[in-house]
Amino acid sequence: MSTPSSASSSPDSTGGTGGTGDPLGGPLVVVGASLAGLRAVETARRLGYAGELVLVGAEPHPPYDRPPLSKAVLAPDGDGEVAPFHPVEHLERELDVRLLLGRAATGLDPDRRIVRVGDDELAYGALVVATGAAPRPFPGVDPADPPRGVRHLRTLEDALAVRAALEEGARTVVVGAGFIGSEVASAARGRGLPVTVVEAAPVPLQRSVGPEVGGVLTDLHRAHGTQVRLGAGVAGLVVEDGRVTGVRLAADGDPGAGSAEEGELLPADLVVLGTGVAPATGWLEGSGVPLHPGDRGVVADATGHTGVGGVWAAGDVVHLPQPLRDGAHERFEHWTSAADHGAAVVRNLLDPAAAQPIEGVPYFWSDLYGRRLQFVGTPHADEVRVVHAGGAGAETASGFLALYRREDRLVGAFAIDRPREVMKYRRRVASDGAWDEALAFATGG
Amino acid sequence: MRVVADRGTCEGLGMCEAMAPDVFEVGDDGVVDVLDATPDESSRADVQAAVLACPVLALTLEG
Repeated sequence: MSTPSSASSSPDSTGGTGGTGDPLGGPLVVVGASLAGLRAVETARRLGYAGELVLVGAEPHPPYDRPPLSKAVLAPDGDGEVAPFHPVEHLERELDVRLLLGRAATGLDPDRRIVRVGDDELAYGALVVATGAAPRPFPGVDPADPPRGVRHLRTLEDALAVRAALEEGARTVVVGAGFIGSEVASAARGRGLPVTVVEAAPVPLQRSVGPEVGGVLTDLHRAHGTQVRLGAGVAGLVVEDGRVTGVRLAADGDPGAGSAEEGELLPADLVVLGTGVAPATGWLEGSGVPLHPGDRGVVADATGHTGVGGVWAAGDVVHLPQPLRDGAHERFEHWTSAADHGAAVVRNLLDPAAAQPIEGVPYFWSDLYGRRLQFVGTPHADEVRVVHAGGAGAETASGFLALYRREDRLVGAFAIDRPREVMKYRRRVASDGAWDEALAFATGG
Repeated sequence: MRVVADRGTCEGLGMCEAMAPDVFEVGDDGVVDVLDATPDESSRADVQAAVLACPVLALTLEG
């Protein structure tokens, strides 16, 4: 790299001296050091950006991969290790990134183009907001001091704590049958341990795959010995001497916490809270960066620009207009979205005149009980057609496939153990593929 | 330009196939098949995108 070394951890150097090494009129600052942030800094250098580059992360670690936290890290045959994507030395020396790790951004002044990080101020020419999302608060659990045996699963430390509890043979209750909760249940069963999943919705993963397909996942859990309680609310955690001993369900028909009437008690040594995440945007409140009225995620245009000069957003934190939903804004928590956005917004901010919309078809995968689940597109559909129904049970190996139709278009596909087909449906979704043709392809016509 | 896939590392997630379907295809066994190990220079950008998109870094591009 031609720029001076900026391996110093001093946060008060603001750079931005103008000239050919300063095409943005100040440093490129990326706030959020997970996948989207990493892709942002990698892409900046790959595209030849030679100015100052700063990566700010609240966690003490250099960027690491999160999907393994609820998969390989918890597996009995895994080593419980997650290596960072790149060692610190690579980021600092090869990519010439100034790393501010273990430092959370606390405020933004877009008029002065300043990010506040605690008492320090960082000047930027362009800013990428990639702070992701954090677990939603759970009633009665102080995030700074949770009862022993109660964990969210978002960070490496969370994953290692869950792994340690499983190693000790914990009886596990998972609250929330999303990806994280479902994968924790799968890991517990992989060790032969008893596990119960408690879900307020009528089926698992309803938000991600829709109600029709969610039922297949209920069957998949049950076929592998996981207890599933659907439409079940949690009245509260039972804690004795600072350690969790169980989960008290709400009385029937009461979806909320804090019910006066007591429901069933599920004994537990480990309670994993898989009750979703919310965008980590507290530091942007009042800054003028538009935040979604629902979940306070950043709202950006199709190029990832927030409408505030020099401020762009990428990854779990951002709502972008979705072509598959006629331009309605939507936020995703997918690995592929974070990777795509991080690269795309940097491409756009380095050459705004040629900015391209970020419109990759959403895609996620999950591994449950040795089965590979994959979804492309959107579950918001007029019809969900199960094309191949086999495969939910433990003994069938033929896989499962459902296609999602809106009007006369294919808008989504969900598959279990049909890896060869998934990207072919993704291409059809991306190109406004005709429903009839997709259906014919699926049925071998 | 030569494409090399580490089939032991590959998890069959298919991002490469999304980027460069003429070069990569995930098979029924859930592991990538390289359809064209020496693709034409005209597809370099797509192949590079595929290599960069691999979630498990199973792909390399030589030359």
